[in-house]
Amino acid sequence: MHLDLALAPETLARWQFGITTVYHFLFVPLTISLASLVAGLQTAWVRTGKEKYLRATKFWGKLFLINIAMGVVTGILQEFQFGMNWSDYSRFVGDVFGAPLAFEALIAFFFESTFIGLWIFGWDRLPQRVHLACIWMVAVGTVLSAYFILAANSWMQHPVGYRIDEESGRAELTDFWHVLTQNTAVAQFAHTITAAFLTGAAFMVGIAAYHLVRRRHVAVMRTSLRLGLVTMVVSGLLVAVSGDRLAKIMYEQQPMKMAAAEALWETEGPAPFSLFAIGDVDEGHNEVAVEVPGLLSFLAHDDLSSPVPGINDTNEALREQFDEELGLGDYRPNIPVAYWGFRWMIGFGMSSFALGAVGLWLTRRRRWLAPDLRTGGDEVPRLALTRTRELGPTPSRWYWRAAFLTMAFPLIANCWGWIFTEMGRQPWAVYGVLPTASSVSPSVSQGEVIASMSVYTLLYAALAVVEFRLLAKYAKAGPPELTDADRNPPTRIGGFGPKGPGAGAEDTDRPMAFSY
Amino acid sequence: MDLPTLWFVVIAVLWTGYFFLEGFDFGVGVLTKLLARDRAERRVLVNTIGPVWDGNEVWLLAAAGGTFAAFPDWYATLFSGFYLPLLVILLSLIVRGVAFEYRAKRPEERWQRNWEHAIFWCSALPAFLWGVAFANLVRGVPIGPDKEYAGGLPDLLSPYALLGGVVTLTLFTLHGTVFTALKTVGPIRARARRLATGLGVLVVVLATGFLGWTQADGGGPASLVALGVAVAGLSASLVANGRGREGWAFAFSGIAIVAVVAQLFLSLFPDVMPSSLRPEWSLTVAGAASSPYTLTIMTWCAVIATPLVLLYQGWTYWVFRKRIGTQHIAPDPHAAPGHAAPHGLAPPAPPTAPAPVLSAGAGVGPAATAHAVADAGAASGAGAVPGADAGGVGCPGPDAHGTRPEPAAGAGSGSG
Repeated sequence: MHLDLALAPETLARWQFGITTVYHFLFVPLTISLASLVAGLQTAWVRTGKEKYLRATKFWGKLFLINIAMGVVTGILQEFQFGMNWSDYSRFVGDVFGAPLAFEALIAFFFESTFIGLWIFGWDRLPQRVHLACIWMVAVGTVLSAYFILAANSWMQHPVGYRIDEESGRAELTDFWHVLTQNTAVAQFAHTITAAFLTGAAFMVGIAAYHLVRRRHVAVMRTSLRLGLVTMVVSGLLVAVSGDRLAKIMYEQQPMKMAAAEALWETEGPAPFSLFAIGDVDEGHNEVAVEVPGLLSFLAHDDLSSPVPGINDTNEALREQFDEELGLGDYRPNIPVAYWGFRWMIGFGMSSFALGAVGLWLTRRRRWLAPDLRTGGDEVPRLALTRTRELGPTPSRWYWRAAFLTMAFPLIANCWGWIFTEMGRQPWAVYGVLPTASSVSPSVSQGEVIASMSVYTLLYAALAVVEFRLLAKYAKAGPPELTDADRNPPTRIGGFGPKGPGAGAEDTDRPMAFSY
Repeated sequence: MDLPTLWFVVIAVLWTGYFFLEGFDFGVGVLTKLLARDRAERRVLVNTIGPVWDGNEVWLLAAAGGTFAAFPDWYATLFSGFYLPLLVILLSLIVRGVAFEYRAKRPEERWQRNWEHAIFWCSALPAFLWGVAFANLVRGVPIGPDKEYAGGLPDLLSPYALLGGVVTLTLFTLHGTVFTALKTVGPIRARARRLATGLGVLVVVLATGFLGWTQADGGGPASLVALGVAVAGLSASLVANGRGREGWAFAFSGIAIVAVVAQLFLSLFPDVMPSSLRPEWSLTVAGAASSPYTLTIMTWCAVIATPLVLLYQGWTYWVFRKRIGTQHIAPDPHAAPGHAAPHGLAPPAPPTAPAPVLSAGAGVGPAATAHAVADAGAASGAGAVPGADAGGVGCPGPDAHGTRPEPAAGAGSGSG
């Protein structure tokens, strides 16, 4: 089966889509969450006037910008890739799927990219509050963008609000509102956005831990650690809740995906939750399985005994439903990928959440601590196990180390989440409507796809090295010292305030606060 | 006007916005090798578009997304058919965006030089290839009965298409040059004006040839008018540039771009992608369009979003209306945060001259906002025109600027 797949015309296009999209999604969640977190920090600066908030804004803002640059440029390709490699898909779904994409560009991308320019270059051109509004606009833009693209993806997972036109044979939109508000879209949005915040929060905690354990930039990093930990715990909890909701929806809409996620070959009731399995895909059973009885029934249907359909029965049912028309024969996704992808997603995501929860407890507020464990705003927090007992030096070191490493966990979880949800939908591009094999561009040769895939992969790998090293450089450097110009933002739009340094004629030749 | 035709116009408007705005971005990128003499000047050039290039590029995404939604067949055939040129364009745009953002993030000479090469090549290549793509689009390519592209790469490289590429490359470079003259002070501004004169003559000749060829091939009365406007716009831009009216020179080169795109789309209509094999295999506006329901929704979106976009993008140009020169470049952008540059590293402040540009610019500010709201086609022009007026009215002009002591190049660029 795998040999056949390697020769199929859609295989290369799928690899290219997978590589470029998963890569793009390394940057997207950080962009979404850091935009809001930086906006929050800048709001704190504007409201309190405390310098640590401004320094934090500048520090995280710089990392945010290094990251968003990659998110933006790798996103350009996504707008074209459907037409380039998936022209039959585009012809078939454009009437439905194109609309949210166009909305995303017209509403969200313009918003995001225009106001990011104003924010980057506007420190000495915009009054404080107008400048602050710009970063909030960026944050709104990122979230809107996520909504539209997730609504589009949800339509591929669970097509609604459309009909197949008899004459043209393509899908046509009948209810756009339904496409935007169906439960799949809402649940996917909630799950993805909260996961994005978990990602950004873990990023913040990791870098703050790096500096705190070296006792550097303590005031800024302590604030960042706290903001990161709280965000991590809240978003981690919401990731779990929204993920549970999404899974229940998927049990209704794509039973095959969820059965594959559990390597549940036969329909069982009560169904167990699999912790570990080694199976034989051709034979359709597991050889080794470690299971928690009844838990899967609970996850799927909120009780401990309901039956959950297995892979073999679902495959049979899909064959009966579709084989006459499509003749695909096998309606199972790649089961090991679905099974392990699901586990790695949950495992890495929830480890990150757990580390956040532990961290929040260890660094809790003063009134939960005995006086000798309390620390001031410019001291590294002491990790307090109980009210009076501090964590020993070795476990403390281990905690800081784990807090640093947790930066990577949500990124890994995000990647596997998408690999699971997209590969778990196979063999469909649009579930139950359009097979992936019927979606590729007939006029594009394998050679062309190989060429473009190789170039993208090489370029992306090179850019990953560049970006990672830049992030590391600026993360290590820590927050900047403030200048007079930072403390005295302009009072008029355009930067021609009557007060502040460089007012009046001198302003003509004053260097810009930021330049490329 | 029926909905598919309306959407054909909307797509044309989105491409027009893209070429108008990113046209000068590309041009400025090309000028980093053509006009700038040292790193400080290259940085001045890049910073004239710094706050806006990202927003400008979204016009392309909007055009692509709009085509996907409104004409799925057009989107599918065009992008799968022009696979390799489009691949090069996308790779260029990716590298170019990163180059803008990352160039100043490290102090090493090699790092900065490499990104500067990238800015030049990744601006010049798409500027050329968009022309090749549009020439092919208008002239027609081999499209089979299955709506799929049936040709190969050589089919896309006809003399006509290559001429189209040369025209867009030079036209965008000219547009970028008059933009540079409008947005900078100091010697670079004077040189930009001189370059614009020579370049302008070349563009008039090339564009007249290309548009005339297009017109002879499949134009009508309307596209003939567009051709006339394009040539007149270019000539007017030349004249305005010669007289030192930089705002007008930019506005006219912008009008020329609008007219060129209009001519191409008018020649295209009522096809969206003519087939060179058989006319009945061509993709047409009516045949490739989405359902009326989708087009209605899209129309609402465009009607509400587009004016807002013009409004806030126009506002951005107004916020950053100030001209920049080498003295305005932040002295030490790569200084690692935490050890910020001591003030001694800042370029020596030149003797302060009165600031006519500044005061005039501020004086006509509200008018500029009004322009930005009213003048849809020239969002950037609106923000920029007052500066030009200031140059013509209150400012002694480039020669006077030339006498102003410029900071030494080395100091101006910091250690970068």
